[in-house]
Formats: sequence, structure tokens, C-alpha cells
Amino acid sequence: MSPADSAKASRHFDQELQELRELLLRMASRAEEQVRKALAAVKQRDAQAAQHAIDRDGEIDGLELEIEERAINLLARRQPMAGDLRTLVMTLKISTDIERVGDHAVNIAQCARRLAEALPVPEVGDLDKMADVSTGMLRDAIAAFIERDAELARDVCQRDDQVDRYNDSVFRSMLSEMTRYPGAIVAALQMMLVSRNLERIADLATNLAEDVIYIVEARTVKHHAGKLVSDMETEGEFDQ
Amino acid sequence: MSAGRYSLEAPAALVARRRRGKVFQYLCLAATLTGVVTLVVLLADVLIEGVAWLTPTFFTEFPSRIPARAGIKSALYGTVWLVGLCALIAFPLGVAAAVWLEEYAKKGWLQTVIQTNIANLAGVPSIVYGILGLAVFVRWMVAFTGGRSVISGALTLSLLVLPILIIASQEAIRAVPGSIREASYGLGATRWQTVRHHVLPNAMPGILTGTILALSRAIGETAPLIMIGALTFIAFVPDGPRDQFTVLSIQIYNWASRPQADFQHLAAAAILVLLVMLLSMNALAIWLRNRYRRER
Amino acid sequence: MPTIRVSADGGPALETHDVRVRYGDAEAIKGITMEIPRNKVVALIGPSGCGKSTLLRCFNRMNDLVPSASVTGEVLFHGENLYADHVDPVEVRRRIGMVFQKPNPFPKSIYDNVGFGPRLYGRPPDLDDIVERSLRQAALWDEVKDRMDDSALGLSGGQQQRLCIARALAVTPEILLMDEPASALDPIATAKIEELIQQLVEEYTIVIVTHNMQQAARVSHYTAYLYLGELVEYDDTNTIFTAPHEKHTEDYVTGRFG
Repeated sequence: MSPADSAKASRHFDQELQELRELLLRMASRAEEQVRKALAAVKQRDAQAAQHAIDRDGEIDGLELEIEERAINLLARRQPMAGDLRTLVMTLKISTDIERVGDHAVNIAQCARRLAEALPVPEVGDLDKMADVSTGMLRDAIAAFIERDAELARDVCQRDDQVDRYNDSVFRSMLSEMTRYPGAIVAALQMMLVSRNLERIADLATNLAEDVIYIVEARTVKHHAGKLVSDMETEGEFDQ
Repeated sequence: MSAGRYSLEAPAALVARRRRGKVFQYLCLAATLTGVVTLVVLLADVLIEGVAWLTPTFFTEFPSRIPARAGIKSALYGTVWLVGLCALIAFPLGVAAAVWLEEYAKKGWLQTVIQTNIANLAGVPSIVYGILGLAVFVRWMVAFTGGRSVISGALTLSLLVLPILIIASQEAIRAVPGSIREASYGLGATRWQTVRHHVLPNAMPGILTGTILALSRAIGETAPLIMIGALTFIAFVPDGPRDQFTVLSIQIYNWASRPQADFQHLAAAAILVLLVMLLSMNALAIWLRNRYRRER
Repeated sequence: MPTIRVSADGGPALETHDVRVRYGDAEAIKGITMEIPRNKVVALIGPSGCGKSTLLRCFNRMNDLVPSASVTGEVLFHGENLYADHVDPVEVRRRIGMVFQKPNPFPKSIYDNVGFGPRLYGRPPDLDDIVERSLRQAALWDEVKDRMDDSALGLSGGQQQRLCIARALAVTPEILLMDEPASALDPIATAKIEELIQQLVEEYTIVIVTHNMQQAARVSHYTAYLYLGELVEYDDTNTIFTAPHEKHTEDYVTGRFG
């Protein structure tokens, strides 16, 4: 094909990639919003707000389906290579992870509903901090995707340990709360569940960040025992 | 006529152009017909004059002062001898030269010079070849040729037809697709193997066509043969290449220049024989060319 | 006539060192150094006019046939420079075979086409076996075994190309050079040729020029990207098509310019 023709086709494909990206961003910001609303419902013991969030999860699922369909069509029609290929394949993975973030937000909202009817529990400071870090990780992972910023993505990966530690401490303090005040079991359990879901959200944000690193640098990064181990692509053995 | 927006009728300007085109078409037809009609008239004239004199004796008798007993035996034999020898000499030389020019020669100034000269030689008047033949073959090489003999005539005519033959052979060789050569070289064939197994066999129909056309020019040559001493009145057929001879074209010229009406008829009959020979050769060339085309 | 030494060890099938090719005043190949590994398929890709066919023709001295072409640098085959003075290009072309873009069978019978190569070196007594073996290797035997005396020109385009491959294989080369072998064929014939390449590579080293990137991706182990006579990037095919190092390569394989 002549350079002019392929330039035109590329522009059209670039447009399609851009539209897909915007869909993914819309989905991501929805999910982020869901998490925020669910956490706010927990703090304020607002059952109505919680129900609201639960109802809106369908939107995120719908977006995932649309992204999946579009991405597969682009793979079939455009036979993308190199950077385009990595972006498209990772878009599929990222949309799955974001859908799960939405599910975890729903779980948190359900905890908020149950908390609204239970006896109050003292403020769990670590839980607030944990919420900040987790939502921060999610926000930064999405920003890294928008900006194609591998540095920021690496930074996100490193915060995961902190979230795990917060999760442990929330568990321990809720456990001791339950032993001391049996009446608080219901509320404490919900807090533990919230913490668990926040830890999962942080994991998903880490996945997202790793995917961004692959898109930008073509390197597979695996978090292994607290150290970042880079698996570079080895010499290709032809094994078809 | 008014053409609506979607009408398919021809607009006025187009009609005028068409008319002019038709006029041109008819002018061309007229030109063609002029040539064809002239030819037909000439042929008819010759036919009417000569066909009655195409008797068996015409072919078996030698020329004589008495028209009723005159024949073209010596001239016919002479023509066949001459064209045969000419073919034997010119064909290998011409094909070899064409092969060298197309396949072996480096495309430089030397090749251009040779090529240009060959093209020019094709247009040299035949009498010049006659003078050359007289000087070289009849006089200078008399020991080999025996002077004014068939071989001298054949050598002279070979020189005459060689440029045409070379050019036609070059065309035929050039027409062999380069992809065939590439395939042959790619398999590890030498240049000679490629020429021998692919170029020449594929070019041969074209080369043969060119040869026959060149020879059909030779068959009608008169002036150079007179120059090198073909006799006008002989009553024997050539025994060998070093023998004296005459040819049909000279016999025709000889008879046509006699005043008696009967000799004009004889000349016409001889012309018919010559024409038949020519037409057969051309038909053979066309048949060869068509067979070659069908096989591709 | 002098022949090329065959060294017993392995090593790359071909090496080039700073090969340059000029056609008259224009430099078509500007100093390329690369290795072709044994028993692998190497694809040469790049936009029109980048020199991939010219480079391919350096490997079997077919550029010698172009009067205005001059080649400098070395092309090493078993450690010996193909362009050394004592080397006979005819022998080179027997060891390094070539298949062309447009199928070019000789206007002879199928048998005579395949048999032409072996016959160049004398009359081999087992010519029938050689012809059959070559046609089997080219996955054409079953289709033509009952009409070996028919004209090769009666075959379909895809069959003709496989015949040309069989013809090249009949002289048992070590390396097979293919210049866009499937570009004149329909998709099914193309698929058959690609399948054939993957079978042949077990015995031969194959270098293929292609303007079809997907074909290069399907068929080759290593891919070299050329642009305007220079080797921009040369790496294993997986790398070139998932994460090339040069932006130029990335732009080409993603179709940002043709």
C-alpha cells in the first residue's frame, strides 16, 4: 500500500484505538467513583447511598462487555503489531480488572448497608489510612495509563505492601474488639470485610500498573516476595 | 436534439466529431484499396499473359530462341542452388552474430557501433553488394570460388541478407522472456547452457521466420547477380558450386527485354513461378509464426 | 573449475560483512553486516525500494547478471567469500538456489523442468528418483505424477510455483532464497507455500523476501527490517512484531507508513 494510503488507514485505526481508550477511562472513573461512594456510605452509615452504588454496578459490567467486543473486532480486522498489539491485549486485561474493582466496591457498599443497622464501632484509624492508600493507588494507576507513565506505575506497585500491612492491623484490632465486646461482632466483621475488599482493590490497582508497564516498555514485571523482578523477553525459541 | 440531464443521446459536439472520424476512416480505406486494386490488376495482368504458357515443357526445357521451345530449367535450378547455398552460409553466421550481440557482448560503445552499422547495412542498395561481390568473390578469391560461379553469387547474396537476418534473429532472441534466463542461471547454468537449452530453442521459430523472409528477398535480386556475372543465356544446369549459373529474375529480365510478344508471355509465366515460390516461402513463415504463438 | 570448500562444522549458513551494492551511481545497499543462521527462516521486510531483493540477490551472485551493478564487501558461505576472485558464480548458484516472484517454469514438460538442473552436470543415472524426490519435497508429486510429460505451463499458478521450488531443490542446494514467492498467488496457494516453507526449513536454510508483514510474522524465525538500503533492525520475529527496539521498525510494522 502507498505511504499515503497506510497513513490514512493508520489514522482511522488510531481513532478507533482512541475511542477504546476513552471507553476504558470512562469505565475506570466510574469504578473509582463507586469505591469512593461505597467508602463514604461506610463512614456515614448511609444505607440509601450504599444501595445507590450497588444499583449502578450494571453500568460498569456493560462497559466491560462493550470494550471486550470492540477490542476483539480490532484484533481481527487490524492485525495489530508491536505497541498497538500490546495496548489492545492489555486493554482487555485491564477492563476485566476494573470490572472486579467495581464488584469489590459493591461488596463494600453491602457492608455499609449492614453497618447502618448494626451497633457502632470505634473509628478504625488504619482503615481510613488504608482507604486513602488504596484509592490513591487506583487513581494513580489510571493516571499512569492515561499518561503512559511507567515510573508512576512502578510507584503504585510498591505501595501494595503497605496496604497488606494495614489489612493485617485492621484484622487484629477488629479481632480484639470482638473478643472484648461480643455485641460488636456484626459491625467488626463488616469492617474486616471492608478492609479485605480494599486490599483486593489495591491488588487490582497493582495489576493495572503492571499492565501499563508492559504496554509502555514491553517488559513483564512480576511482584515477587516484595522485590520487583523484571522478566525481560528472552531470545525467541521458535515453538509453533 | 435536446439532451435531458439523464439522456444517453450523443450531444451535438460529439456527433460532429464522429462525422469527421468517419471521413478519415473512408480516406484510409481508399488508400488501402488503391494499393490493393493496383496489386490485383498487376497480378491479373500477369496471370492472363502467362498462365497459358505454364506447360510441363516450360519447366523441363532450357531457354531457346524459339519461344515455343523455351523453358526455365536452368534458371530454376540456378535459383534453387543459389538460395540453398545462401541459406547454408547466412543462417549460421547470422544466428551466431545475433547470439553474440544479444547474449555475450557487453553493452558498450563497440556494441552500439556494430549494431548501428548492421542496421545501416540493411538499407544499402543491392548493387553495392554486387560490386563488392565482384571485387572480392569473383576476382580476388577466384581460386576458391572459380570466378563467376554459384558460390560467388551465394556469398554475395549472403552478405546482402545477413543484416536482415541478424536483426530479425536479435528480435526473436530478445523476445525470450528474461525470467526464463533468470531461472536457468539461478539453477547454476552457464551462459552457454542457458543459450543452448533455453534461448535458442525458444527463439528458433522467430529466427526461422526471419530467415525465410530474408531469403525471400534474396530470391528476387537481379542487379548484384548480373554484376557478379550470372549469365543470361545458359543451356545447362550447375554441376557444382563453382559452376556458372543463371537465375529466374535474370531470365525474366532477359525475356522481357525481347521485342517478340511471345517472349513477354514467357516472362509472365516465369514471373508467376517466381511469385508462387515467394508466396510459399511467406506462407511457411506465417505458418511457423502462428504455430509458435499457439504453443506459448 | 574451482569449487567452494565445505567446512564440516556448523556456524551460520551465511555471513555478510559491510556489503555495498551500487547500480551505476546510485547506492542500493549501504553497508549491511548480518548473519543468516542455519536451518532457520529469515525474512527480509521493508517498504518498496529498500533493497531487500537486491540484498537477496547478493547471496547467490545474481547481481552479476546486471551490468551496471557493482558489489563490495564480503558474503561468507562456509567461511569463504563468495565474491573472491577464484570463486565461480555458477557453482555458487548451485549451492544457493533461488525461487522468483512470478513463477517461471520453462516451456518444457514437468519432468524436464525438474530434471534440467541435475542434467547440467552430466547425465545422472537416477534422474527419475531425483525428480520424484524433489517433487515430493515440494508437495507437488501427488498432483503431477500421472502427467509428468505434460507441459509445465498447463499447471495453475500455485502449482507452477511449487514446480519452481522442486526445480530449485533438484540440485540439492544448502540455502534456498525466495523473492516474494507467494505475491503472485491467491490466498490458498499462498498458504500452501507457507506450509511448505515450514517443512523445508528442517533440511534447508531459507531466506525470504516479502512485502507482506503478516507472512513474515507467520513463517520466519528471524526478521530483518531494511529501509533505503540500510539494516534498521534484525532480531527474532517475536521481538520485531511485539516489541521492536527501533521506532522506525515500530512505525513500519504497525503500518504507519507503507
